[in-house]
Amino acid sequence: MVFFGVRVPAVFSLLIWCALWEVVGRMDAVFIFPPLSAVLVKLVMILGQNNFHEAAIISLKAFSIGMFWAVLVGVFLGFLMGRVDAANKLLGMWVNIFASAPLSSLVPILMLLFGFGETTIIVTVFLFAVWIITLDTYAGVSHISPSLNEMARSFGASKWDMYTKVLFWAALPEILAGIRMGFIRAVKGVVIGQLLVSVVALGAMFSRYSRSFLLEEFWALALILFVFALGISSMIGWVERRVEYYAGARM
Amino acid sequence: MTTVIASPTQEEHSRVNDTAQEIVEVSGITKVYPGGTVALRGVDLAFPKGKMTTLLGPSGCGKTTLLKIIAGLLDATEGVVRVNGKEVSGPGPERAFVFQDFALLPWATVLTNVGFGLEMQGVDKATREAKSRSYITKVGLAGFEDNYPHELSGGMRQRVGLARALAVSADVLLMDEPFSAVDEQTRRLFQEELLRLLAMENKTVIFVTHSIEEAVYVSDQIVLLSPRPGRINRVVIPGIERDGKTPDEIRREPGFLDTVEDIWDTLKKYLDEERMV
Ligand SMILES: Nc1ncnc2c1ncn2[C@@H]1O[C@H](COP(=O)(O)OP(=O)(O)OP(=O)(O)O)[C@@H](O)[C@H]1O
Ligand SMILES: [Mg+2]
Repeated sequence: MVFFGVRVPAVFSLLIWCALWEVVGRMDAVFIFPPLSAVLVKLVMILGQNNFHEAAIISLKAFSIGMFWAVLVGVFLGFLMGRVDAANKLLGMWVNIFASAPLSSLVPILMLLFGFGETTIIVTVFLFAVWIITLDTYAGVSHISPSLNEMARSFGASKWDMYTKVLFWAALPEILAGIRMGFIRAVKGVVIGQLLVSVVALGAMFSRYSRSFLLEEFWALALILFVFALGISSMIGWVERRVEYYAGARM
Repeated sequence: MTTVIASPTQEEHSRVNDTAQEIVEVSGITKVYPGGTVALRGVDLAFPKGKMTTLLGPSGCGKTTLLKIIAGLLDATEGVVRVNGKEVSGPGPERAFVFQDFALLPWATVLTNVGFGLEMQGVDKATREAKSRSYITKVGLAGFEDNYPHELSGGMRQRVGLARALAVSADVLLMDEPFSAVDEQTRRLFQEELLRLLAMENKTVIFVTHSIEEAVYVSDQIVLLSPRPGRINRVVIPGIERDGKTPDEIRREPGFLDTVEDIWDTLKKYLDEERMV
């Protein structure tokens, strides 16, 4: 970032926004923005609360299970579409529709199908994440250079070797990008799911805070979630960068 | 890169003779692509063991198609390919392919890339690495075992592709314009090295190139294909005498120049015919 011709580190902009938040909060101008310092105090408090721990564990569990299946199914579908033309024709349109559809509107239907509990949350997480993972995996697989495929065949690669030693690695950069984006969507999924089901875990905390105008707590919780999402997404980003060295050199 | 180039001796490069055993035979090969393009029509060819045969012809005449059919990567519409007398219907360990675009695994080191064929054959890791290292040295890449393809020049990448093909000890090497992506200087160096390696390893090579000069320089026999649908037009045997001569001297030989001229005349006719249509 460059300011008036001076290079400043990127964290600086974050600090500026934080300062702005604090100032606006202290001015009492916009009631939904309590001062950042007050939010941070509440954040520390919430992190120590038992009901937060429970909520976090429940959410994390639903999140992990949903995400696990989303990766498994997404990568599988992506490969299927990339390798089998008929599968692509059959599924391609639907995957594209679901990847861009406002899935939150489906959650009430899911509640009817799976009840007001954990299953609905897991399914929501899954549905939020799976399509983008499928699409990215598909993009990765369909861009694999045909000569790599021929090379493996010419040296007598079995089907299994072909997938595990060539195709998977060749598509890995896109698969990881898909997982990272799917992950961010899954965070949305878990919160939206829980908000709509409303009696569960983090969603329950969010709705309680906003109903009672506990805005400092509300923002604190949002901040925790934000940092969590950012943390994991940059972790995946880190793995992505480790494979990036060959992403451009594959053709 | 420093690789000593030994000049090939006479018995290493004796001329094609009638008694030479034929290791690859192609008979009645026709290839029609889905969509109706007839790439090859009724191609009959024999490739003598231990010799280098070049496929030469105008762009789109089906050279790559023929090479891939021999490799077992493509199915012919009609006709059969025999290797060592046996009909083949897919890739096999007696044939190895060297790709125009190298086809290296970008996420794997030179060592892993060279050992890929061996790995597919189920050779254990220690044997694989030992063998790969020896071929890496033979192609002049010693010291680059742990480098990744993107850290190598185009010429070095093709050496990796060549080492990978040599490592599986196939009798037949199939090379599709292997040197087209490297500069002329590297290309000439490669030609020498290829001749030297082939002499040492006693391989049969089927080679596709666009360069007449290269074809005449390296080949024992040159197959001229007609424009699409590809058919055998002529088979030229350059019969270059190499013993005691430097590469430059060979390239200035009247015999060498005449053969180049002769082939150029044939190819030029195709171009003229094409222009008239
Ligand atoms: N997969 C394919 N589907 C349809 N037609 C194809 C396919 N591959 C090649 N062809 C056609 O078959 C003909 C022969 O192609 P081929 O690649 O074998 O030619 P080539 O002699 O190797 O050409 P070049 O010298 O340009 O490499 C061309 O006209 C090409 O357009
Ligand atoms: Mg070609």
